[in-house]
Amino acid sequence: MNERLFGIHGAALTLRSERMGVIASNIANAATPGYKARDIDFNAALDARLADQRGDITAGAQAGQVWRTPTMPSMDGNTVELNREQVAFAENAVAYSATLSFVTGKVNTITRALKGE
Amino acid sequence: MPERGPMTLFSMTTRAMSAQMVRMNAATSNLANAGSVSTTAEGAYRPIRPVFAVELDRASGLTGVTSSGLVRAETAPTKRYDPSHPLADADGNVFEAPVDETAEMVEIMESARQYQNLVQALQTAKQLMLETLRSQ
Repeated sequence: MNERLFGIHGAALTLRSERMGVIASNIANAATPGYKARDIDFNAALDARLADQRGDITAGAQAGQVWRTPTMPSMDGNTVELNREQVAFAENAVAYSATLSFVTGKVNTITRALKGE
Repeated sequence: MPERGPMTLFSMTTRAMSAQMVRMNAATSNLANAGSVSTTAEGAYRPIRPVFAVELDRASGLTGVTSSGLVRAETAPTKRYDPSHPLADADGNVFEAPVDETAEMVEIMESARQYQNLVQALQTAKQLMLETLRSQ
């Protein structure tokens, strides 16, 4: 139902929200020794999500999980680079807004159709 | 302080901000004690540093941060010959706290930047959540 109504946007919105959490985790751990920054490869994760919805065999919930490769590794083993996290967070926020507006538009269309305006 | 229920973006950021605050307070204490002297080497102030640890929440996939304790630096206090000092020992030496003011200032600045970053990220996330709630 969800997939038929919203197309890929339902899954995309969930994924964007999850990615926001992952990047926020990186920002929170900017000073934790030995912390390895994570990210979600959006394309791969979305493909896995959609295949999952169709009922195909998938790589599981961990699909699209990637580790960040630091430009310059630090001595304490932490791989968070604040500038990259900031950019990734901003990019993700914009994409979240875009996806959200698609979902909202769809909902508005359906509501209008139901009301018969 | 363990919290019931899965970690949310809000609780995660709260913890990270608390951790940064501990870090900043530790650096400030070190700065405040810079130049303080003692009669014995053991009695001299040693700089403190918080130890941060990862706190993974499997239910939500979020990774928070806790400060798992404070450690004292192993640096030896600076011995200074100053017989006229009221705290000088029998040989006329006083022991000064081995605080590196520049390092502490850098620590405070870095901590402030990371705290700012957290606040900004939380603001953006909150705004997006509110937008999602408001959209009909």
